[in-house]
Amino acid sequence: MEYQSTLLRRARWRPWEFALWAAAFAVPLVFPSRALMVNEIAIVALFAMSLDLVLGYAGVVSLGHAAFFGFGAYTAALFAKHVMPDPAVGLAVAIVLSALLGALASLTILRGSDLTRLMVTLGTALLLLELANKLDWLTGGADGLQGVVMGPVLGRFEFDLYGQTAAWYSLAVMLLLFLLMRRLVHSPFGATLEAIRDNRLRAAAIGVPVVARLAVIYTVAAGIAGAAGALLAQTTGFASLDVLAFDRSADVLLMLVIGGVGWLYGGVAGAIVFKLLQDWLSSVTPQYWMFWIGLLLVLLVLVGRERLLRPWTWRRR
Amino acid sequence: MTDIVLAAQGLVKRFGGIVATDKVSLELRRGARHALIGPNGAGKTTLVNLLTGVLAPSAGRIALLGEDITGLAPHQRVARGLVRTFQINQLFDSMTPLQTLALAVSQRRGLGAKWWQPLGAARPVAERAGQLLEQFHLADVAQQPTRQLAYGKRRLLEIAIALACEPRVLLLDEPVAGVPPGEREELLQTVAALPGDVSVLLIEHDMDLVFSFADRMTVLVNGALLTEGTPDAIAGDARVQAVYLGHGGAHG
Repeated sequence: MEYQSTLLRRARWRPWEFALWAAAFAVPLVFPSRALMVNEIAIVALFAMSLDLVLGYAGVVSLGHAAFFGFGAYTAALFAKHVMPDPAVGLAVAIVLSALLGALASLTILRGSDLTRLMVTLGTALLLLELANKLDWLTGGADGLQGVVMGPVLGRFEFDLYGQTAAWYSLAVMLLLFLLMRRLVHSPFGATLEAIRDNRLRAAAIGVPVVARLAVIYTVAAGIAGAAGALLAQTTGFASLDVLAFDRSADVLLMLVIGGVGWLYGGVAGAIVFKLLQDWLSSVTPQYWMFWIGLLLVLLVLVGRERLLRPWTWRRR
Repeated sequence: MTDIVLAAQGLVKRFGGIVATDKVSLELRRGARHALIGPNGAGKTTLVNLLTGVLAPSAGRIALLGEDITGLAPHQRVARGLVRTFQINQLFDSMTPLQTLALAVSQRRGLGAKWWQPLGAARPVAERAGQLLEQFHLADVAQQPTRQLAYGKRRLLEIAIALACEPRVLLLDEPVAGVPPGEREELLQTVAALPGDVSVLLIEHDMDLVFSFADRMTVLVNGALLTEGTPDAIAGDARVQAVYLGHGGAHG
């Protein structure tokens, strides 16, 4: 039937998506010197996508998403150090615990205005940051958590110095979680999130349990952010306070603004652009690269992404 | 079980010292075409908000299909078949009418928490959404983002969403408000063609529509029930004419 195929078309895979993922997995092989960069981008892209679930799809603003990223990072690092070094098990534990933290934290974002949520999420992240700083017997405090030794992935693939294993590991986890998220956002469940974002009053008036939906998606997003944090800790063998820092929450928000909210590839595009720009600008002008990022952001918001990417439309009114 | 689908008894709503709803009782029979009228500030919207659960009553109770729903949240009442439309359009602007209706149908049929399959994967959902699009003259704009639709189309979608929720009781809050004359006819047709077994409570200022549609009317004044009866009885009621209809001639 015509209407059904129209509805289903939105969820169908496009050819460029396959190409993109194939290219991502090929880079560490073709350019081994870029493997570390790929690993970093995969991690922040996953982190950005998790924020997009909350911000882009459900319309819940957050300035403290690093809380879950950092919590996942410390969980994975501590698990490897004290329990067992297997990355997959550590990752699973980090996801579950971060999701639990997200479920708890979701109680704080269900009511109030956007401004309230900005403050509450910011505050939650700061609380965790200070907690990690204070509990130095556990976290290493300001020195960071050292001496984390990871076992081989799936018992076979040792992490190497060039970061190839790390890149493929992170990409594989990212792809797996992306597949889940892609399913989710195109489903009836995902549509109820968009409905809540567009019009909370009407969403309730068609029978959507708004509060329960928001709690669920915040929990899922926290789990995925925790996975991203765990990947960082596992592939670098290190966790320090900066995983919980405000900059991290702000950066990931920037990436989403650059790449576009409300579609998962926005997080990927934003992460790629942000990381490459950061890499390039900080080699050209090491002290002032934030100036150019700031300039880009101002232009992006004032001019609009669509127009910025289409210079030939600038002269037209 | 009786024929009464929705029963409100002694509803009171106070905002501080102001009594917005003053001991209002109301009954809707199966298939009723019931109009709720009253001058501005009579408390019509407050009453709708009490019935749908947006506001909690200070006193009184509400029963739907014989079951007490006074303490239920709005979305729980929708799941039991109590659905409303809004005086000011409340739509999902970034979604298309097709997606909107597919979502409403999915939610009503208990698929709203399903996250593994795409929206519309269930064939009956897509078919029902398609039917509603045709019925409400929205097929030609089915794939445009809702924010781009003309006002008349948005108004139609507003009502189509409510019907997608398969209501037993439908509260229509001024369905033709603000619709330009040219687009009015489409809307009036769809209101007249609402399924016969659905009980409808129409809140409306437009007397032409009220008298052509309703078989029973309730008049609210200052939050309290002034009178209730057939359209003829209401039209001939001197008190109603005094407070609401003005000096004759309003029965068009």
